[in-house]
Amino acid sequence: MDITTKNSTDNPPPAPQPTAVEQKRASRGATRPGDRIFLGLSRGSGILLLTIMAAIAVFLTYRATLAISKDEGNFLTTFEWNANLNPPVFGIAVLAFGTVVSSIIAMVIAVPVAVAIALFLTHYAPRRLSGPIAYVIDLLAAVPSIVYGLWGALILVPNMNGLFGWLNDYLGWTGIFSWEEGAPRSMLTVGVLLAIMILPVITNVSREVFRQTPRMNEEAALALGATRWEVVRMAVLPFGRSGVISASMLGLGRALGETMAVATVLSPSFLIQGSLLNPGGGTFAQNIAAKFGEASEYGRDALIASGLVLFVITLLVNGAARAIIARRAEYSGANA
Amino acid sequence: MSTVVAAKPTGSLQGARLPKWFPYALAAGSVALGIGISFAAGLESNIQWGLIAAILFVVGTYVIATRVEGKRQAKDRIATSLVWVAFLLAVVPLVSLVWVTVARGVKVLDIYFLSHSMGVVADNEPGGGIYHAIIGSLEQVGLATVMGAPIGVLTAIYLVEYGRGKLAKAVTFFVDVMTGIPSIVAGLFILSLMLQFDMQPFGFAGSLALAILMMPVVVRSTEEMLKLVPNELREASLALGIPKWRTILKVVLPTAIGGITTGIMLAVARIAGETAPVLLLVFGNPFINNNPFEGAQASLPLYIYQQYANSGGAEAAYDRAWAASLTLIAFVMILNLGARGIARWKAPKTGR
Repeated sequence: MDITTKNSTDNPPPAPQPTAVEQKRASRGATRPGDRIFLGLSRGSGILLLTIMAAIAVFLTYRATLAISKDEGNFLTTFEWNANLNPPVFGIAVLAFGTVVSSIIAMVIAVPVAVAIALFLTHYAPRRLSGPIAYVIDLLAAVPSIVYGLWGALILVPNMNGLFGWLNDYLGWTGIFSWEEGAPRSMLTVGVLLAIMILPVITNVSREVFRQTPRMNEEAALALGATRWEVVRMAVLPFGRSGVISASMLGLGRALGETMAVATVLSPSFLIQGSLLNPGGGTFAQNIAAKFGEASEYGRDALIASGLVLFVITLLVNGAARAIIARRAEYSGANA
Repeated sequence: MSTVVAAKPTGSLQGARLPKWFPYALAAGSVALGIGISFAAGLESNIQWGLIAAILFVVGTYVIATRVEGKRQAKDRIATSLVWVAFLLAVVPLVSLVWVTVARGVKVLDIYFLSHSMGVVADNEPGGGIYHAIIGSLEQVGLATVMGAPIGVLTAIYLVEYGRGKLAKAVTFFVDVMTGIPSIVAGLFILSLMLQFDMQPFGFAGSLALAILMMPVVVRSTEEMLKLVPNELREASLALGIPKWRTILKVVLPTAIGGITTGIMLAVARIAGETAPVLLLVFGNPFINNNPFEGAQASLPLYIYQQYANSGGAEAAYDRAWAASLTLIAFVMILNLGARGIARWKAPKTGR
């Protein structure tokens, strides 16, 4: 190494000094009008993006405070949404409950199934089958939510009757699954539909992660006599854990903010239902879509206030996802 | 492991294995038994015999495999069947979605449907079409792309080619945050602006919200693509004395153009299906309105929602909603397939 560098001394030594030269050159480059314009444009776009984010926060907060200051009820605990009244009474308690419950149902169903499908595609399915299936699931992730909503309202809802009756017969005593024979337009149906919607998203990301499992780890496990399930459990899942978490958070973000699919399926009311099968409740996004048409200007401000809460919740979820990924990355086998 | 010797006296090194047809035979057996039991007990629900069959299958697999092959193999078999079941379970709704949309969509989808508006047709009567919605969708999405795509690409260029320091870090962070914004919140933001300046709904307001949703997606995909461009190309160009901006325009961008186009098309496909912001900002209009800057407009996703919600359950309106869904899905799928085609065709040549 030393010999070669000595022979071609002129190339490496510039390394320390060039910083000055390069800086000069760079600064000279920047004075060229073309360069200056281009840097300005691209930096300007970045700044514009930041400005938009700031504007979203500022304007939503401003309109929301207008609404909340006139609210006769308690914004956080009132079980009512009469924002058009004078004086208006509204609160987000029911909406927050419904949003959280429907998203939890969706996650409980979708995450295990999505992980299983991702494993199926990467480790179980015949090769000839897995390619096309992955492609189709990729495309399904692009189906617009309103189409899922239409399908949910016209196809899924009638088909939930059987399941609801069965749950009521055998698990009705828990209270969570009791059913008073109405149309099954309840939180459970919403959760199932949301699960179906976010399934392709979670599957796609998890599949990408599982596919990148180091071949060495899998082969080492196989060489030690592990069965296929043991390979998955000991090599694939630990490697993909942070990826699966971030995929789930992506899906959760979708489920929290989903508007149309919930609006078409749920028959809303401002009650918190103890049972998941009885219609009622609502979510932030669904309430905005449903109440918007009849809202007065003041009512719109109230809806904006509820939207601000949704905004904050999604920010928290995204932040949590990022924190988890950042922390897990240190421990994951990928860096070992 | 101790059973190996007992089960295989031939001296083979392999442990005892169940025959290949075992899972199929057991599955058929459990289904038959499940149906039999539910008939005998007089159960009506389809779910019940399915559940009984599933439980029989899992328990049967576990018990028999444990006896013949050992516990670890039994667990492996259970995991395999669970993974298959999860896959089949998920396929049912997704296939149903595509099948129903196509089967019910083709009913009223024809040239008349594509070339007429809902102007004089009541929501619960047959007839009418989606021409006005297609016009609205194309204009709103087109305008959103014209605003969102360049800003997204330029931001990505800034992050990859210039970005160092606090500003770049802040932009990266907030692009991540922006990706997670629900579409209805973007709609509410523009709505709050409209309330502030006392404006009525119009097409361009929807475009603004769609552009906000599009930007972070474009930034992310473009960033990934620009990072793939080898540094040697940039250095070679700079070494020839070419200014940085021309290097980016003539060397970096052309190399990555395939991936960038793909990313933009996927983003367009995503915003084309957005309903919530359009509902708040464009409002919907049964008549043809070619001017996105004045007056309410229609859009395809919004049309689907309104046909579903405002018709009071009329079959004719549902048919129109399905036909519009099919049109929308076809549009999104063509964009998706086109994007993938371009990605494959223009894929950067990897090193020799």
